[in-house]
Amino acid sequence: MSYRNDFLKEVEENVEEGEWVKMCMQCGVCAGSCPFGPHWEHSPQKIFMMIRAGERIQVLSSDSMWMCTSCYNCIVRCPRKLPITHIMHGLANYAHRLGLAPKGQPTRVFAKTFWDNLVKTGRVNELKLTLSHYFRDGFIQGIRNALAMKDIGLGMMKARRINPMELFGGHGLQDLEGFHAIVAKAREIEDRKKGLKNG
Amino acid sequence: MMSEMKTAAYLCSGCGLGDKLDMASLSKVAQKAGKMAIVREHPFLCSEEGVKLIHDEIEKESVTHAVIAACSRRSKTEAFSFPETALSRVNLREGVIWVVAEGHEEIRQEMAEDYVRMGCAEVKKMKLPRGNPESGKEKNILVVGGGLSGLTSALEAAETGYKVVLVEKETRLGGWASKIWKRVPFSSPYNDPQNTGILELISKVSAHKNIEIHVNSAILETSGAPGKFVVRIGKAEGTETEVKIGAIIQATGFSSYDISKLPELGGGLPHVVDQAGLEQLAIKAEGKPIAREDGKPIRSVAFVQCAGQRDESHLPYCSGHCCATSIKQAMYFKDAHPEVDTVIIYTDLRTPGMGEDFYRSAQEKGVIFTKGKVSSVENAGEGCRLKFRDLILDEESTIEADLVVLATGQVPNSGVNIELPEERNQVSVLNLSYRQGKDMPQLKYGFMDSHFICFPYETRRTGIYAAGPVRRPMDMLQATEDATGAALKAIQAVENASLGRAAHPRSGDLSFPTVRLEGCTQCKRCTVECPFGAIDEDEKRFPLFNESRCRRCGTCMGACPVRVISFENYSIDTVGSQIKAVDMPDEFSEKPRILILACENDAYPALDMAGMKNRCYSAFARIIPVRCLGSVNTIWITDALNSGYDGVMMMGCKHGDNYQCHFVKGSELANYRMGKMDDTLKQLGLETERVTTVEVAITDHEKVAAFINDYAETIRIIGMSPMKGFG
Amino acid sequence: MAKKSYAFYPGCSSQLKASASNYLVSVNSMCRILDVQLTQIPDWNCCGASIAYAEGGELPRHAINARNFALAEKHLPGQDIVATCAACWLGARESKERLDVSSALMRETNEALAAGGLHYKAEVNIRHMVEVLIEDFGYEELKKPVVKPLENMKFAGYVGCQTNRPFGIDGESFENPKYLDKMVETLGGEPIGQYDQKVTCCGGALAFSEPEKSQKQIREIVESAYDHGADMIVTPCPLCQANVEIYQSEINKKQGTKFSMPVLYYSQLMTVAYGGSAKDAGLDGHVIPPRKLIDAASKK
Repeated sequence: MSYRNDFLKEVEENVEEGEWVKMCMQCGVCAGSCPFGPHWEHSPQKIFMMIRAGERIQVLSSDSMWMCTSCYNCIVRCPRKLPITHIMHGLANYAHRLGLAPKGQPTRVFAKTFWDNLVKTGRVNELKLTLSHYFRDGFIQGIRNALAMKDIGLGMMKARRINPMELFGGHGLQDLEGFHAIVAKAREIEDRKKGLKNG
Repeated sequence: MMSEMKTAAYLCSGCGLGDKLDMASLSKVAQKAGKMAIVREHPFLCSEEGVKLIHDEIEKESVTHAVIAACSRRSKTEAFSFPETALSRVNLREGVIWVVAEGHEEIRQEMAEDYVRMGCAEVKKMKLPRGNPESGKEKNILVVGGGLSGLTSALEAAETGYKVVLVEKETRLGGWASKIWKRVPFSSPYNDPQNTGILELISKVSAHKNIEIHVNSAILETSGAPGKFVVRIGKAEGTETEVKIGAIIQATGFSSYDISKLPELGGGLPHVVDQAGLEQLAIKAEGKPIAREDGKPIRSVAFVQCAGQRDESHLPYCSGHCCATSIKQAMYFKDAHPEVDTVIIYTDLRTPGMGEDFYRSAQEKGVIFTKGKVSSVENAGEGCRLKFRDLILDEESTIEADLVVLATGQVPNSGVNIELPEERNQVSVLNLSYRQGKDMPQLKYGFMDSHFICFPYETRRTGIYAAGPVRRPMDMLQATEDATGAALKAIQAVENASLGRAAHPRSGDLSFPTVRLEGCTQCKRCTVECPFGAIDEDEKRFPLFNESRCRRCGTCMGACPVRVISFENYSIDTVGSQIKAVDMPDEFSEKPRILILACENDAYPALDMAGMKNRCYSAFARIIPVRCLGSVNTIWITDALNSGYDGVMMMGCKHGDNYQCHFVKGSELANYRMGKMDDTLKQLGLETERVTTVEVAITDHEKVAAFINDYAETIRIIGMSPMKGFG
Repeated sequence: MAKKSYAFYPGCSSQLKASASNYLVSVNSMCRILDVQLTQIPDWNCCGASIAYAEGGELPRHAINARNFALAEKHLPGQDIVATCAACWLGARESKERLDVSSALMRETNEALAAGGLHYKAEVNIRHMVEVLIEDFGYEELKKPVVKPLENMKFAGYVGCQTNRPFGIDGESFENPKYLDKMVETLGGEPIGQYDQKVTCCGGALAFSEPEKSQKQIREIVESAYDHGADMIVTPCPLCQANVEIYQSEINKKQGTKFSMPVLYYSQLMTVAYGGSAKDAGLDGHVIPPRKLIDAASKK
């Protein structure tokens, strides 16, 4: 049955800035402002309407949130001042943690790789990040991906903006232990609040 | 009475007039052609000293008719105010030196001299207006309708010190406002429904010493005019009262559109109500969770906006208040029980004024809004099933709800449609004894016509004012403001009437129309065309002027084929003599003359403003202000063409549904009359372009010069009039 | 000029041998000339950038930013935190503002920080280097050290997203911010007017995951600079710089274009205008060498 408020409540309770969803006035400025507008399935406007209409699975399995480039155009133009970018991020996170986000969605995969890379040393190692991204679909595809982009890599290397030695160390925090403790604790609190299992 | 005519002309050479014009030559024109007994030139006429000169001469020399050749008649009105002297203003500043391009000294001087001739000719045809001798002194105000609008009007007028007679057809005062649980907020914060305050208002009105209340009553007859209406009030039981009234406010409100005409939206089903029906349930609940009539607590409710509204087969218009009303009603549910699912289905959500904040507050409370078009409402299980096209998600959708509320619209209680009086089931409200019909004119969709663009409380029946939703769809806040405005207009009307003066828009004007009955052919054009129903017929079928109802627009004068209607200071002759006073160059001079008759309400100020902004236009134009294009008699045009004018242009207000004419129908009538001008032109052997009409709004100051110049170019192309020298 | 000191948050991409290492080189040169002392926040960590949300969620993201704040408060008390990376500034400022208004979030964040022996007192101020230049110096002051005005060079001021939205610099319009153009003028260069892709998104982090879609954006950004006669693009954001510069060859390969538009940082322009060498300005760190600017830097 549509237009029951159950899913809206779930979003309000569990999604970052989710309590704003009900305030959308359906003007569509966000949809017209998104640089990836031609590529997603549902505009933010539609996503918010679908939440209100109770279309839970369609929302959480949508690829739209994963198309966000974080350009913040929608935020600054929204006449109702909804933090749309954050809501989209929040929905992506929630769908991802529930396991409902589209499998193999490239940004979803990249985002996970990025976070893992970040948590490992406290700073992002660009080369490792790039390689893990290229090798996300297995070794053979990784070689192909890397070869396809080898000109860029070589150019960057020449410009001393990628260094192969980074693979064997690179930058990292001194107090890595403390950093890990902070991240783990934060994750623990958040998961407890949202009823997600730690994983 | 006025003694013998003594004329004087005062020419100002200030504001650059002396630099650009040959003042000595102008003085000579006033003296010789204008035949002014006294001619004075002054370098600063509106100064204390200049004004004193005029005053002293009026006193000492007994000047009865004066010409002031200086700035526009719209400037320096306080300095040049001589109430005991007939006065003509010659516009040399805004009308000549500010609008004639440099390098045209000769034709500029000719233009100025013509204007001086015209002023002198006009003033000699003027009489000093003495006011309406038939004025009525009655100042009581009748308010018809005891709802929020009527109660507000009554209280406002009573508090200002006027006696009020309040008539209500039902047995109790209060109207719709007493049949709702709460109202939308009028002031910040716009968050929650508010108490209506209607009981307090009723008790204030009931206790007021200046207010006499007649409930369970209707108006049997209304006759007379502002300041002297006679109204018979009948009680349902059969008793009758007669009251003398100065002005009337009609605040008869609206009826709710009949829900049973909307079966496709569930009208008639047990769990489908209109907004009034929901209010009844809310009153019963007294702020606790709302239950249905069958006692079942409501856990889900759907509101259908625009039910039978903006729909050609029902009400074609938007009633304005219903979106905010549904928002308020959804809050009834959310405030009492936040778990109730409330959905408002709209096609366009319209929340004017501060309604946007109220809408936002409802969203914060969890009211869900969805854009959709409802196709059906049916019984389903314990409640209703509502099918709609979801216009955002672009899919068919279904909602099941315990209750469905239809936002139906406001239907005005405006009485008899005087243009279709034979239509059935019409019950008159005012029962006017006017020849024009029993009730007020309507504009669209049955709403009483008021001057909705410029003067919202003014109707076409002088001294009778419309207030509230009978005038246009509106909410309670707007009705309160409307009622207050109408009360103030009614007060102005009784005060003006008692002094024999015109009401709006020539408020304070003492002139009034007189008719030479011996010349009248009983053609009835004046009685039919008067936009204000001011002219009845006497037993011998002659026009009978009700001066107190007259707005002094002169439409009757424009209509009269035998030219027997005139005002003391505005007549066929005051304008005709100006037209004839212009010095007409011959056919080979290449100096055409274009007569412009400009409505003094919008076109003339726009021309003045063009002058202030130095927008130049053709110095071949000769502009005469008129009270309204409706007052333009075709004789002026034929006279002008016969005397050799090359073109005649009329500048007046927009007409039609979105009219801006201050006299509502004046410019429309002028347009109609001029439609017949083509035949006259053909008879004279003249091109149809020689007479033209343009619509000018007061804001068109950037366009008027172009209108004139384009027309001058048209005249140049078709050539000079062949009529010169025959006039 | 009085010496100004800031707690410096360079961010991952500005580290040695990372993609924006030349940004750091030029910032250091610029600050030396302006007598600005930048002290790195000891043991700073990544801000999470614009992509941490998916796996990192809400609180972990704020907690890692708060760790940097706490370190700055502890080691560099009283100093504003200055970021050079647009994403670092945005991520940090977002966390700060969210923590400022939510006591619950603040409590939870400090609960997490406590696990690493830190505490955040909410005393920091987060600023972008461009804000420091415009607000603490001003265009007039920035003009004073100019010894080599950037004459005969036209720059497309590509502001992009994250220094512009949602916070903005110096209260400028989101749709047409002027600060980069004003900086170019200050340095004696010519900003191109009407750069219609000035605030277009380059795809950001999605240049990795959605290369086709992002390269469509980048193509428009570069093309518009060419259309308006620009010699170079200048930007305040390392990700914009990297995306817009390095993908030009990819676009050329796939779409047959002949793009070779250098993309510079404002700090590189300033270093050159202030008389620094090509090396001081990190001009050797480009895939598409900015020849005109290199020539100007080497001119005596």
